[in-house]
Amino acid sequence: MEFLEVKNLKVHFPIRGGLFNRKIDAVKAVDDVSFQMEEGKTYGLVGESGSGKTTIGRAIVGLNKITAGKIFFEGKDLASAKNKSIRKDIQMIFQDPYSSLNPKKRVLDIVAEPIRNYESLTRKEEKQKVQDLMERVGLSAEAILKYPHEFSGGQRQRIGVARAIALKPKLIIADEPVSALDVSVQAQVLNFMQDIQKDLNLTYLFISHDLGIVKHMCDQIGIMYKGRYVESGKKEDIFTNPQHIYTKRLIAAIPDIDPRNRDFQKNHRRDVQKMYDQSYHEYFDKEGLAYHLQHISESHQVALPHRKVD
Amino acid sequence: MWKFIVRRLFITAPQIVLLSVLVFLMAQMMPGDALSGLIDPNIDPQAIEQQREKLGLNNPWYVQYKDWVVSALQGDLGQSFRFKMPVTDLVEQRLINTFWLSLATLIITYLIAIPLGITSGRFNDTLRDQIITGYTYIGFATPLFIFALVMLWLFGFHFQWFPTSGSVAPGSEAGSLSYVISKLHHLLLPAISMALITTVNTVQYLRSEIIDTKQKDFIITARAKGASESRVYNRHILRNSLLPIAAFFGYEITGLIGGTVFVEFIYSYPGMGLLFMDSILQRDYSVVTSVVLLFGIASILGALLSDIILSLIDPRIRIK
Amino acid sequence: MILLINQILNVSNLTTSFRIKDDYYAAVDNVSLQVFKNEVLAIVGESGSGKSALAFSIMGLHTRAKMEGNIYFKGEDLVNLSPAKINKMRGKDMAMIFQDPLTALNPLMTIGEQIGEALLLHNKAITKKSRYEQVIKLLQLVGIARPKYTYNQFPHELSGGMRQRVIIAIAISNSPELLIADEPTTALDVTIQAQILDLIRELKNEMQAGIILITHDLGVVAEMADRIAVMYAGEMVEVADVHTLFENPLHPYTRSLLNSVPNSKQKQDRLHVIQGVVPSLQNLPRTGCRFAHRIPWVTETAHEKMPQMHEVEPQHYVRCTCYKHFDFLEKNKEDHKHGIS
Repeated sequence: MEFLEVKNLKVHFPIRGGLFNRKIDAVKAVDDVSFQMEEGKTYGLVGESGSGKTTIGRAIVGLNKITAGKIFFEGKDLASAKNKSIRKDIQMIFQDPYSSLNPKKRVLDIVAEPIRNYESLTRKEEKQKVQDLMERVGLSAEAILKYPHEFSGGQRQRIGVARAIALKPKLIIADEPVSALDVSVQAQVLNFMQDIQKDLNLTYLFISHDLGIVKHMCDQIGIMYKGRYVESGKKEDIFTNPQHIYTKRLIAAIPDIDPRNRDFQKNHRRDVQKMYDQSYHEYFDKEGLAYHLQHISESHQVALPHRKVD
Repeated sequence: MWKFIVRRLFITAPQIVLLSVLVFLMAQMMPGDALSGLIDPNIDPQAIEQQREKLGLNNPWYVQYKDWVVSALQGDLGQSFRFKMPVTDLVEQRLINTFWLSLATLIITYLIAIPLGITSGRFNDTLRDQIITGYTYIGFATPLFIFALVMLWLFGFHFQWFPTSGSVAPGSEAGSLSYVISKLHHLLLPAISMALITTVNTVQYLRSEIIDTKQKDFIITARAKGASESRVYNRHILRNSLLPIAAFFGYEITGLIGGTVFVEFIYSYPGMGLLFMDSILQRDYSVVTSVVLLFGIASILGALLSDIILSLIDPRIRIK
Repeated sequence: MILLINQILNVSNLTTSFRIKDDYYAAVDNVSLQVFKNEVLAIVGESGSGKSALAFSIMGLHTRAKMEGNIYFKGEDLVNLSPAKINKMRGKDMAMIFQDPLTALNPLMTIGEQIGEALLLHNKAITKKSRYEQVIKLLQLVGIARPKYTYNQFPHELSGGMRQRVIIAIAISNSPELLIADEPTTALDVTIQAQILDLIRELKNEMQAGIILITHDLGVVAEMADRIAVMYAGEMVEVADVHTLFENPLHPYTRSLLNSVPNSKQKQDRLHVIQGVVPSLQNLPRTGCRFAHRIPWVTETAHEKMPQMHEVEPQHYVRCTCYKHFDFLEKNKEDHKHGIS
C-alpha cells in the first residue's frame, strides 16, 4: 500500500462562452496524472506557471474539484464520504505568508482554527496547545496574542506551519513555501521544515518552480508541463540523467552560482535550446502535450512516444 | 463585444418581466381597487359587482396581469381617476419634465465632481483636499429634502432669484425662446440643489480612484519614460480613473430617481416624482403602478447602460 | 584614465531619506558607486537593503524623499536638477526595466501606443509613420514573433515573458546610456528568465550601455554581473568584480548570504542561517557596524566605531574591520534557534 497514490487524476476547469454562457471548452489544468509518494519522504512537484502543479496540491487537500481519477491516502479513497476524517491528516502551507493569514485575527485564533474544527477543547487546553505549537515552530509562546502584521515574513511562514501541524497531520502540501521570502529567510524556513519533518515523521509534497531548492529538499521529483507529467524519478535520476528534452531545458536554465562557468553555461543552454527546437516533435504530440510516462528504470519514468522506448 | 451586449440584453428582458409582475402583484395587494375610489357608496352593491365583472376585476390575477400587459404594450396604462385622463397622456408630459430635470442635474453633478475629484485626488492630504473632503462629508450627512427646502427658502423666497414652483411660467408659448428660458429658469434651482448633494458620491469615488491609480506600477513606467507630470495625469491617471466613473453613469440614473421624488415635491415641479407623491396620497392607484413600473424600468436600463459603456471602453472586457 | 573616460554614472555620498512621522530615515545611506560603459553592475541585497530606493533615486522617481549628495550623469548633477530637465533625460539617456511585467504596463493602452509614447516624448517632431516603423523594429529587436499583430494588442493579451520584452522595448527605445533593471526576472519562469537575461546581455553589447542590475538572486548575479555591490541596511558593505566576490568574499554579510543559497554543485545538508532579522528603516542602528547584532559572537572591538569602506585589494572594497575576525559558528542547532526570534 502506498502512502499517497494519485491515479489518473484529471482536473478540468470549464471555459464558458457563447450567447448563453455554456461550457464550450475546458482548461485541462491536470490531465491524467499518476504518481505515488513514500511516507516520511519529500516529493517535489516542479513546473512552470500554468503547469498544473498547484492544482494537484489543491486537489489533494480538497480545494479543487476532481474531474476524474482517484486519490488514495494510506489506501483509502479521499473522495469517499466515509473517509472525511482523513482530511485532517493532510494540511497545506501556502505561498504568500503575507496574504494567507487573516490580518484581523490574533495568532491564537489563526493557529487554533483547525483545532476548533476537529476537536473540542476547553479554552485553557486550546491555549496550552497553541503555545506548545508556537514553541514547536520556534516562536515565543507569548506571541499568540499578536497580530500577523507584527511578524516578519519568515515568522509568518512559521505561523502558517504551526497552523498546518496543529492536527498532527501526516502529509503536508507545501505550495511554493519560500518563493516570497528573502534568501536568508528562505534558508531558515527550509531548515526548519527539515527539522519538523524528522521530529514529526512528516511527508511533504513540495511544490516549487525553483529547481535549486527542489534539489536541496526532495527525494523524489515529478516534472510537469501543461497539465501532464514529462518525467519523474529519484533526485539523482532527474538531475544527473535527465531524459526528456523539457527537463534538460529546465535544468539548463538554472542560473549557475559559479561565475567561472558563465561561458560554459551559455553555450550549454544554447545547445539544449537547439536540441529542444529540433526534437520538439519527438517529445510532444500534435497538440504540444507530453506523451504517457514509460519506465526506463525501476525508479525513472519519462514521457516518450511508444516507438522511442525500444 | 456584440456577443456581450446581446447576452446582457437577454438578462435584461426577464428582469423587466419580473419587475412588472412584482409591481402588478403589489398593486393588487393594496387595499381597494380601481373602482373603490370612483363610486358613490350609495350605489347598489349588486351593480358594483356587475361593474367588477365587466372590468375583469374578478378574474384570477394572471389573467388580469395579461390584460394589463397587453394594454400597456399598446400604450394604455389605464385611467387616472384623479385627473380623469389616460395615464399615458398624464405621464408623457411629466416624463419630459423629469427628463430635463435629470439631465440638468447630471450635467451639474459632473461639472462639480470632475474638477473637485481630480483636485482632491491629485493633491491628496493637502489643504485643498481637506476642504473638498470636508464638503463631501457635509454632503453625505445632509438629507436632500432639508437641503432642498433651505435652498428654496433662500434663493426662491428670500432673494427671489428663482421661481418657487412649476416647470414653466404660465402663459408662455411653447417653442418660443422665452419659453425655453423660463423652463431653464425653473429647473435650475432644483437641479443645483440635487446635484450639490448627490455629487459628493462621485467626488469621493473619483478621488479614491485617482489616489489608487497614482500608486500603480504603470504610472512609474510612464514617469520613467520621461513623461511630464501633466502628461502622466492627463494620459495615464485620468483616463484610467475616469473609466469606472463613466461606467457608473448608468447607475447614477437610478440614484436620480430617488432624488427627483423629494426635489420635485419640494419645488412643486410637475415631474414624475411629484406625480408619484400626489397619486400615492390620492390613492390614484393606476398612476402609482405605472410610475413605479417606469422608475423600475429606468433603473434596469441604467444598469444595462453602465455595463454597455464599460464593455465599450475597457479593452479587458471588450475582447471577450 | 581609461576608466574615467568610460565612466557613465558617478554616485557620490548619496543619502535618500524618507519622512516617517516627524523624522527622516535614510533608506540609502551615504552610498557611492560608479557605472562604466558596457558593464553590468549588480546591486545585491535583501528586502530592506535599500537597493530599489537607490535605483529610484538615480532615476529621480521618488516623489517624497529628501536626497543629499551627488549623482553625476552626462555632466549634470541629478540631485539638484529641475524636474523638467530630469524628464528630458529620463527615458532617453537613462531608462528602467521593472520587476513586475503584469502591472508595469497601462492596461488601457495598446502595446504600440505605449512604446510609441516613449519615442514621442523625446522626439516631438517624429512622424506617425516613422514612429510606427520604429516601434515595429523595437518589437523585433526584443524578440516578439509577430510585431505588427502585437502592436495593436493590449497588455492583458500577452504572457508575462512577452510583457517583460515590451517593457524592455520601452526602456531601450531611445538607446539609453544607462539602463537600470530592477529585479527584471523575479516574476518570470526559469526558462523565460534565461531568455530575458540573454536579451539584456545582447542589447548591452549592441548599445554599449551601462547596466545596473538589481537583484536578490545570486545565480543571476553570477551569470550576468561584471562587478557587484552588496548592500545591507542602506549601506554598501562590499564592492568587487564578480570573480573576486564569489571566490574571495570578505564581509560577513556577503559570506553568509552566499552560504544560505542551496548550491547545486556541492552537497550540503543544512543551509546557513543568519541570526536575527534585517532591521526596519526606523530601527536601523545609527552608529557602528550595522551587521554587528547579527554576528554577536564577534567581539565588539573587532568592529570599527565608524565603519568605513576599505580597499583591501585593488578594486575590492569592504566595510568595517569585522571581516578580519569573522568565522561561521559550526553549531547548526544553535543558529537555528537563534535565527528565529
